[in-house]
Amino acid sequence: MDSIDALKELLYKMADDQLIIGHRNSEWTGLGPILEEDIAFSSMAQDKIGQSEHLYNLLNQLGEADADTVAFTRNANQFHSSRLVELPIGDYSFSLIRHFLFDFSEHLRFEALRSSAYEPLAQVSKKFFGEIKYHTMHANTWVNQLGNGNEESHRKMQESLNYAWNYALGIFEPGPAENILIDDYIFIGEESLKNRWLDTIIPLLKKSGLTIPSEDTWKPIFGGRTGLHTENLQPLLEEMTEVYSIDPSADW
Amino acid sequence: MITEAYIREELKQVKDPEIPTISIVDLGIVTGIKIDNTDVHVTLTPTFAGCPALRLMEDMVVDHLNTNNNLGNVSVETSFETTWTTDLITPEGHVAIKKHGLAPPRRNCSNISMEILESTNCPYCDSENTSMKSPFGPTLCRSLHYCNNCKQAFEGFKPV
Repeated sequence: MDSIDALKELLYKMADDQLIIGHRNSEWTGLGPILEEDIAFSSMAQDKIGQSEHLYNLLNQLGEADADTVAFTRNANQFHSSRLVELPIGDYSFSLIRHFLFDFSEHLRFEALRSSAYEPLAQVSKKFFGEIKYHTMHANTWVNQLGNGNEESHRKMQESLNYAWNYALGIFEPGPAENILIDDYIFIGEESLKNRWLDTIIPLLKKSGLTIPSEDTWKPIFGGRTGLHTENLQPLLEEMTEVYSIDPSADW
Repeated sequence: MITEAYIREELKQVKDPEIPTISIVDLGIVTGIKIDNTDVHVTLTPTFAGCPALRLMEDMVVDHLNTNNNLGNVSVETSFETTWTTDLITPEGHVAIKKHGLAPPRRNCSNISMEILESTNCPYCDSENTSMKSPFGPTLCRSLHYCNNCKQAFEGFKPV
């Protein structure tokens, strides 16, 4: 694997994460527990899907097919997204916990990538960093409120955190040629990113009255980055591409 | 002779499709104007990566400049080279945003926090006695607030 392939692998996993979590967020449109939350998840969906398009455009500049083709014509086993993002929206507590765990990871990812030696990636990362700040503020507000809420809200948040934890660790599945990216100052690598993430979220979860699972039970759920997904991704893709499949030239 | 200042003036006629009181120049998204004799190349920077008005604004720039018979070939591109932040909105832009009934963004985009968002002044009565309902609003660039003084719900332009 040369450095262009390593870069493409990095871009694909970020773009696919954004597209899939964006689609999941959009599933709250019309269903949010309160109007403001309906709007919040819909707005975050729009941000993330928009960001994925710009990442697919970077891939296009590196010789991959255009954004729509890449987004809408691949099967689940060609997606590099983490398994965390494809899980169904579930109970609202799960969606909030996933939002918290995932969005802090990507906020830190884009923060680091702002100084990437690959200038086009550094440029979009500066933009995304400012936008995702709102996502992490939103996530932290709700995790704090419900973690410290009543007994029921606390219990639901804690259960969702326990369930999501190993999936969240799976975000940081190391890439096959990550050392090239690290050596070229393109990306700090998944392990460093994971450490920054842990140091960021652990104090916040503590403040929210929540406890992360004890370290001896940590078992990162990998696979997503190499196309090994849960049964949840293919149906999501079929729904997402329904219009495109009927008429690839549909426009509105 | 076609100058950058001339084109900039022209582009003040092009308004944000979602906030029609503010021009794209005062919004701070015109980050480059290149002139080659009568040919003009304009560079825009996206406000939000997911903003659906991005391509529309490109078309509006081309359409507007094409109505000017002094100009030759007009082209436009969107580039992330200059990162747009709300700190690039001009003082005239702040007035225009308020005129549309939105609270202008505070000029501290890199230091944004829930506390700062909470302290958004009401665009109708200027009261500081407001509360934020949600950092997300009807478009990506807006947050939702309520004024406890004039009992009016309002939207704010988010600092990013």
